Amino acid sequence: MEKMMPRFTFHRFWAIVLKEFIQMKRDRVTFGMMVGIPLMQLIIFGFAINSDPKHLPVAIRAADQGPFARTLVAALKNSGYFTLVREAATEADTRRMLQLGEVQFVINIPEDFSRRLLRGERPTVLIEADATDPAAVGPAMSATRALADTVFNRDLPGPLARLRGAEGPVDFRIHAHYNPENITQYNIVPGLMGVVLTMTMVVITALAITRERERGTMENLLATPVRPFEVMAGKILPYIAVGYVQVTLILLAAHFIFHVPMVGSFALLYGVSLSFIAANLAMGITFSTLAKNQLQAVQMAFFFFLPSILLSGFMFPFRGMPEWAQWIGTCLPNTHFLHIARGILLKGNGAAEIAPELWPLLLFLIVAMTVGVKRYRQTLD
Amino acid sequence: MSATDFAIDVAGVTKRFDGKTVVNAIDLQVRRGEIYGFLGPNGSGKTTFIRMLCGLLTPDAGTGTCLGYDLRVQQADIKRHVGYMTQRFSYYEDLSIRENLDFIARIYDVPDRAAAVEHSLERLGLGNRSHQLAGQLSGGWKQRLALAACLIHAPQLLLLDEPTAGVDPKARREFWDEIHQLAADGLTVLITTHYMDEAERCHRLAYLAYGTLLARGTVDEVVAAAQLTTWEVVGADLLPLAADLRGRSGVEQVVPFGNTLHVSGHDPVRLEAAIAAGRGLGHECRKIKSSLEDVFICLMDHAKDNFSC
Repeated sequence: MEKMMPRFTFHRFWAIVLKEFIQMKRDRVTFGMMVGIPLMQLIIFGFAINSDPKHLPVAIRAADQGPFARTLVAALKNSGYFTLVREAATEADTRRMLQLGEVQFVINIPEDFSRRLLRGERPTVLIEADATDPAAVGPAMSATRALADTVFNRDLPGPLARLRGAEGPVDFRIHAHYNPENITQYNIVPGLMGVVLTMTMVVITALAITRERERGTMENLLATPVRPFEVMAGKILPYIAVGYVQVTLILLAAHFIFHVPMVGSFALLYGVSLSFIAANLAMGITFSTLAKNQLQAVQMAFFFFLPSILLSGFMFPFRGMPEWAQWIGTCLPNTHFLHIARGILLKGNGAAEIAPELWPLLLFLIVAMTVGVKRYRQTLD
Repeated sequence: MSATDFAIDVAGVTKRFDGKTVVNAIDLQVRRGEIYGFLGPNGSGKTTFIRMLCGLLTPDAGTGTCLGYDLRVQQADIKRHVGYMTQRFSYYEDLSIRENLDFIARIYDVPDRAAAVEHSLERLGLGNRSHQLAGQLSGGWKQRLALAACLIHAPQLLLLDEPTAGVDPKARREFWDEIHQLAADGLTVLITTHYMDEAERCHRLAYLAYGTLLARGTVDEVVAAAQLTTWEVVGADLLPLAADLRGRSGVEQVVPFGNTLHVSGHDPVRLEAAIAAGRGLGHECRKIKSSLEDVFICLMDHAKDNFSC
């Protein structure tokens, strides 16, 4: 019996080890992936992601410009959570800034702020927040509440201290627009649309074209009268249909399972989705011209997918990231599509409001398509 | 003979990849209805040359026509009238036989597509397996499918790149019968192969090595042009004899063929003297007509010498 047992021999085992190392060395993309992915994750998770976003853009509508109001504004700024970017005059202005996503908060200081403060009447300061992403708003709001108790300690010394009151001198009222109950799903589910489309569209097209080359069917195809553009367009169309099926599935789930409010126009959302789907497909085509085989195509798609999830504002607040990470995020189509999808669904944005996010998408589409088609042509000759 | 009688008429066709000349100034004329064999060692530029003929690649230099269409500018017209069978099976393995044929018929916009697909299934005897996936077919059947697919748009010229590699002798014979039938019906066929028996089935042939055309004509013309004298040696202990003969002047190549040796050289007198000196008692020697294989081996060796110096 014992003689029949297959024996482990070192030289056979070592032959396999050596062969694996040689193959690993030859496949540059896989090798790059083994080094690149950990580095990328290290940098993104280590430096870019921040669950306590600071320096959020704020607009101030101050009807009272007195010293107390100035103290309050200065204190908010000093908290580190707010960066004053705009002064607003009317309520329509502030509403528009929130809708466009230009500011995260609007701080409304009422006309009789100083007077009521001095009378000990606890004046109300209304803070309007764009709460589509509860994670971006939460920490700043906690900091603000904490601030309320101490903000006027220096302005109201000695006998005036009684004005500070037991509950604090100022009543901060926070109005969370678009997602008043701070439900995370309201933010995640529309965002998921962008993530799912990025993942499937890029991978599928990259694979579809690389597969033809890997199996040798591309040569056959090119020897027929079919034009390169016909091949591309014909390959893309079925996947656009797949993309729309995914969009529909997510929207149905959002409505029936997660009860996400849907205030905007579906026609607009479906229309804009086309440019996002096309942008991802174009990216997939570009990858397919770079990849030598299907495995490499998937790996390249993963390199694109990772920042699209982590740096787009899907998982972590976009404004919490350092500037360089925001720059990378701005270059990714998913970032813009998230704004569009959340804007349409939660804020009821129309064509005019999404325009600033639409043109970067189209620009990405044009650039990716140009590179893709150009490289695709080069692979023929 | 007027120019339109040539299905292929090219001169000086050259292709370089990264500065390396893969096809070097090839002149070739193939008459309509002819079966033209294209031979040469691996990597000699046969596939690249065929890709230029069917409009997949643009030549870096040279001019010519394929079916009367300019090789450089009328590639779209060429593609419409040429059937190209790639070296490797290049139809869709996850599509059935019928789906593959239907796809190709659609691409070529074949009139009365359904009938064309049916006809091509029938003619190649694929009718009862039409719903089988192409990926499940054996090598011989895949080859038949590929041939059916590249004939579906009734091309005038068929370019076959090593169509019978890895196919059993019976299937090869049937394949060649089919090719001869097609040629008799007026189709021109350019075919690359490594098999000598297949080369001898061609009307004319050309031999390519390192991108350069070394010989062309009918089998007899190619053999005659080589001016090679060959002796056949039969007997025992051929291996030491071969080693001995290789060292003698006048002997240019010694090739074992089963239980015989083929000894060849360009100078008949010195060759005969060398064999007379080298042969043992038990060896029977006789002068034979040089075979195509003897000639090709000789051409390849000479090309290598020229190429390296």
